[in-house]
Amino acid sequence: MENIANIQVIQNIVYIISSVMFILGIKMLGKEATAVKGNYLSALAMFSAVGITCLSLDIDIKIILAGVLLGGLIGSLIAIKVKMTAIPEMVALFNGFGGLATFLIAWSQFNEPSNSMFQHILIMLTIYIGGITFSGSLIAYGKLSEKLKLGKGSMITNIFISFFYLSMPALIYVGAEPYVSEFIPQIPSYFMIFLVLTLVAGIGFVMPIGGGDMPVVISLLNSLSGIAAAFAGLLLLNNVLIVAGSLVGASGLILTIIMAKAMNRTITNILFVGYASASQANVSEEQGEVKPITSDDAYLILENASSVLVVPGYGMAVAQAQHVVREMGELLEENGTEVKYGIHPVAGRMPGHMNVLLAEANVSYDLLAEPDDVNPSMDTIDVAIVIGANDVVNPSATEEEGSPIYGMPIIEVHNAKTVFVLKRSMSSGFAGVQNPLFFKENTRMLFGDAKESIGQIVAEFKD
Amino acid sequence: MMEMYILLGFVLLLSIFLGLELISKVPSTLHTPLMSGANAISGIALVGALMLSSAGQMQDILAFGAILFASINVFGGYLVTNRMLSMFKKK
Repeated sequence: MENIANIQVIQNIVYIISSVMFILGIKMLGKEATAVKGNYLSALAMFSAVGITCLSLDIDIKIILAGVLLGGLIGSLIAIKVKMTAIPEMVALFNGFGGLATFLIAWSQFNEPSNSMFQHILIMLTIYIGGITFSGSLIAYGKLSEKLKLGKGSMITNIFISFFYLSMPALIYVGAEPYVSEFIPQIPSYFMIFLVLTLVAGIGFVMPIGGGDMPVVISLLNSLSGIAAAFAGLLLLNNVLIVAGSLVGASGLILTIIMAKAMNRTITNILFVGYASASQANVSEEQGEVKPITSDDAYLILENASSVLVVPGYGMAVAQAQHVVREMGELLEENGTEVKYGIHPVAGRMPGHMNVLLAEANVSYDLLAEPDDVNPSMDTIDVAIVIGANDVVNPSATEEEGSPIYGMPIIEVHNAKTVFVLKRSMSSGFAGVQNPLFFKENTRMLFGDAKESIGQIVAEFKD
Repeated sequence: MMEMYILLGFVLLLSIFLGLELISKVPSTLHTPLMSGANAISGIALVGALMLSSAGQMQDILAFGAILFASINVFGGYLVTNRMLSMFKKK
């Protein structure tokens, strides 16, 4: 008896040490100089917490070994094989698996005899959050990898959305079921129905949300997986689960808020409304002539520029143009031009997407600047090169009060002396808003695949 | 029992506030690694999965599933974060 008590004391002490390491790890992860060490520290914390838990096990060791080895193998293989451009969907997938694990933990707890009322409610909450995280992340994965094309407005999407709204009263019902079943009709297999409903609800939650809003959704799902883990910790009375889960919940929440702010929209608007108003005719149709340009002309102008700002967007990721962009940047620098990269927080499909792509292409991170750093000195920039970005450089956000994106902080490239816009066609961006930037006096359109266009400029530089 | 929950609820709240304080000023370069690293940490559910009890086949299956998926999350999450961070360089 005393032996068991001793083991528990040791476990709890190690859990506290792990919690501290998690806290320090995530703190270090937030600074460039210490990020790598922070990740190691957090992995070490995970290793100690998992290791010490193995001192008292009820499950058959074979099951554990099989699960950990197989899971470790699958996870490692995915992580090593994945291309850097596929990072957004990988993060979504891993996140979903974390949610699924908490979902199963809560399910297993439900099967235990004699749960108190508080435990019963906790179980339902954990299942709900874990389940929505899982199926929602799978849908996010499908959307990000472009395997799933269904979006807002389709019939199937609407059915799933209805289930999402149905799931909220259902959560209240299942939470109260054992205590009110004398008064309201009983559904014998309510728990199984609830499990399925939760998963369907997660699909309905993410399906209507469009690609450009994905950075918000991914951060939110990330936050939810942490909260689910923290609830599972309450359920199992385990403090390291609570601390680690809460940290993840908080970090995801902060990213969600940062992303929403960068779009000047509220989180509820992004999740439940979307850019619905964009179709209204309140957008002025002041259009005009666009001025196309060839790569040759672009090269001549760039050769004489003394400062260049590159503004990438999702289009750069699609065209896989990050490597030629870096090459062009280096050639420009050799030519005596000052090169900077202006990165908007919501450019791309996840928080920091452009930073990862440019890092993969070997662009030094001190060349990457945020909108607040580049906007004040924009009029000294000779050429701003917009590569596959649209809404984040749309001057309507500052000039046109009726525009759906009015008030969104943008990179004000229209104040630069010359703007090159690399684009495949004249289609509008994710928000469905026409971009007056294309018709400005100082704008030149370079139509075509971004990788090819820049490749031609690079070739000219080398000649 | 209830006292235990109140104490742990207190830990939960304090940890959330601590997390908010720690991460509120992160440069946007690190947004993706932070998200991915936090995602790996949410694999702490593995500890929860190991604490499950074994009573009958159904419970074993649930435990195996939880351990399997949490392990994918842990290993995949840390490795991908490390791979990503190793690309961030200052020249």
